[in-house]
Amino acid sequence: MKDLIRKLVETVGPSGYEAAVREVVQAEIEGLADEIKVDALGNLIARKGTRSADGMRVMLSGHMDEIGVMVTHVDEKGFVRFTTIGGVSPATCIGGRVKFLNGVSGLIYMERLESSDRLPSMDQLYIDVGASSRETCPVKVGDVAVFDRPFLDLNGRLVSKAMDDRIAVAVMIQALKECQNSPHELYFVFSTQEEVGLRGATTAAFGVDPELALAVDVTRTGDTPKGVKMEVSLGKGPAIKVRDSGMLADPRVVRWMVETAEKSGIPYQLEVLEAGTTDARAMQLTRAGVPAGCLSIPTRYIHSPSEMVDYEDVLQSVRLLVELISHPVSLG
Amino acid sequence: MSEHLPFSQLVSKSQLALLERLSNACAVSGDEQQVRKIVLEEIKPHVDEVRVDALGNVLAVKKSSRADALRVMVDAHMDEVGFMIVDDDKEGLFRFVAVGGIDERTLPGKTVLVGKENIPGVIGAKPIHLTEPGETENKIPLDSLRIDVGAGAAGKVKVGDRATFATRFRRVGDSILGKALDDRLGVATLIELLKNPPDGVELLAAFTVQEEIGLRGARVAAYAFHPDLAIAIDSTPALDLPNWDEHENTGYNTRLGAGAAIYVADSGTLSDPRLIRHLVQTAEELGIPYQFRQPGGGGTDAGAIHRVREGIPSVSISVPGRYAHTAQMVSRLSDWEATLALVFHAVSRLDRSLLLAGR
Repeated sequence: MKDLIRKLVETVGPSGYEAAVREVVQAEIEGLADEIKVDALGNLIARKGTRSADGMRVMLSGHMDEIGVMVTHVDEKGFVRFTTIGGVSPATCIGGRVKFLNGVSGLIYMERLESSDRLPSMDQLYIDVGASSRETCPVKVGDVAVFDRPFLDLNGRLVSKAMDDRIAVAVMIQALKECQNSPHELYFVFSTQEEVGLRGATTAAFGVDPELALAVDVTRTGDTPKGVKMEVSLGKGPAIKVRDSGMLADPRVVRWMVETAEKSGIPYQLEVLEAGTTDARAMQLTRAGVPAGCLSIPTRYIHSPSEMVDYEDVLQSVRLLVELISHPVSLG
Repeated sequence: MSEHLPFSQLVSKSQLALLERLSNACAVSGDEQQVRKIVLEEIKPHVDEVRVDALGNVLAVKKSSRADALRVMVDAHMDEVGFMIVDDDKEGLFRFVAVGGIDERTLPGKTVLVGKENIPGVIGAKPIHLTEPGETENKIPLDSLRIDVGAGAAGKVKVGDRATFATRFRRVGDSILGKALDDRLGVATLIELLKNPPDGVELLAAFTVQEEIGLRGARVAAYAFHPDLAIAIDSTPALDLPNWDEHENTGYNTRLGAGAAIYVADSGTLSDPRLIRHLVQTAEELGIPYQFRQPGGGGTDAGAIHRVREGIPSVSISVPGRYAHTAQMVSRLSDWEATLALVFHAVSRLDRSLLLAGR
């Protein structure tokens, strides 16, 4: 599965421009689904199976997009000003490198700061693409780029600029490959524009009209030096979301996920995330409302160019997801 | 199509007169009646269907002679930012709040029109004679401002009434000045489009309400129309004055005189790349001046429209204007002409194959 992960995280796909990721996913799942379609917002929706008497219409969503930057201005000396796509912090930008969709590379640096004990604001940063004039600059207003860092395998801890949320895309593809028998009509949705406000999942959920919904996404950990206080660690198994700042997971869904993990001997952690949310929120609030939850993959350094997951957590996440979708669900 | 293409000419006197009427009309979010009335009068002879929905949107349909025509939603909001009277302090003095995004610092000393009868009033300012040293360094909180309509008019104003800036529309050469060009320029564009409809598509025109307080009208309009794609036509700020320190201005949003502003991204929408390409291609092939609005914050009705139902490919085009959401916006006729031309020709050239290609 590491090859699949590497292929996915090294593909470029900022929010709104997920085409390359979509192609990789489409190639991976070819022949595995009964029907595959792409909707108006670019969501890739793969249906597998039909709904048997004790089954449900289940939507799984993992987002294909990653954070990035977009050009707002090229100045007369060829320096590029930019805005962010999704949650990008100046702290993780300075000295970093970016790659544009048209293949151009660049580095981010900053204006001279008035005070060295304060972070620069985004409009004090610029991208240097090696151009020396506006006329010769190889990018223009509206062009998009993602952070550029190679994939790393640090002794089973995998690092990439796009673990959020390609790791979930990988988990869903693997689950689709491994899921042999299911009573459910399963919709594997590889969604778009999550990082800018769950936009893809909003429209996909309206279209699928699910009876049960699960997002697969990353979540923070509390296991780093003087980090956030949070009861999730790398290497202790997938996290079952109880709540985040955008959603209270349906308690029946949480119970079902916990019971499934315990029955199958899969290690798990309960997650309460104080900042951030996932596609589960959009699915929960679609149409007349849907029971929803989220399977989270613990991840360090989220929204930095070096997001880290534990490979064993990833494998256990696949196991848990396959177990969850392979049996009848009783939310009683 | 006749040989004489619409919008290949400069804006006509009658088009300008319509824009003037629209700009002078008062239609603060939630009370768009004055503009709705003008819109209905103007479009009724030219459309196949028209209705006013529950929120007050005007929804008009111009059918196509083609059976498989694309259903294209074009959108412009009727409402403008302004004020609401919230308390009667007696003797013609009224406390008020802002409706939509208004910078309080721009208010003292401005004249306004209050209520359905357009009662004139003024947002009073403390005279400089009586101002204490140091007082000018602080902004004046909205709480301490009042709309003064004069004791004689007190009975004609009541709590809940809306007020707008009293600015009258003017044209000075290529410049146009007005209080509500955001988004009467869009409304006027939509009316002209219905009067000169591109034949190849079914035109679904939404004149929306409550954009300035959260894109509320557009959401239900898009749900009702359920179009194949949508174009929001709006007004966007231009901050294109030179920087005081002579460094290059890198954050101007748009520039006056540089043509129709095409949106790539704002805080509500990542425009559909296929539609961006289509607009750019149309503009370049026909020599219509255009610019990219700098990606960043802000937003248009597209932010609501594209998330409706199973998703609607959407893009926005704006006419740039300086001093947005103040008493007076300054735009250029040439930019409006470019916007009219771009919208008309881009819609005329739409083809279903555009949406079959990958996003």
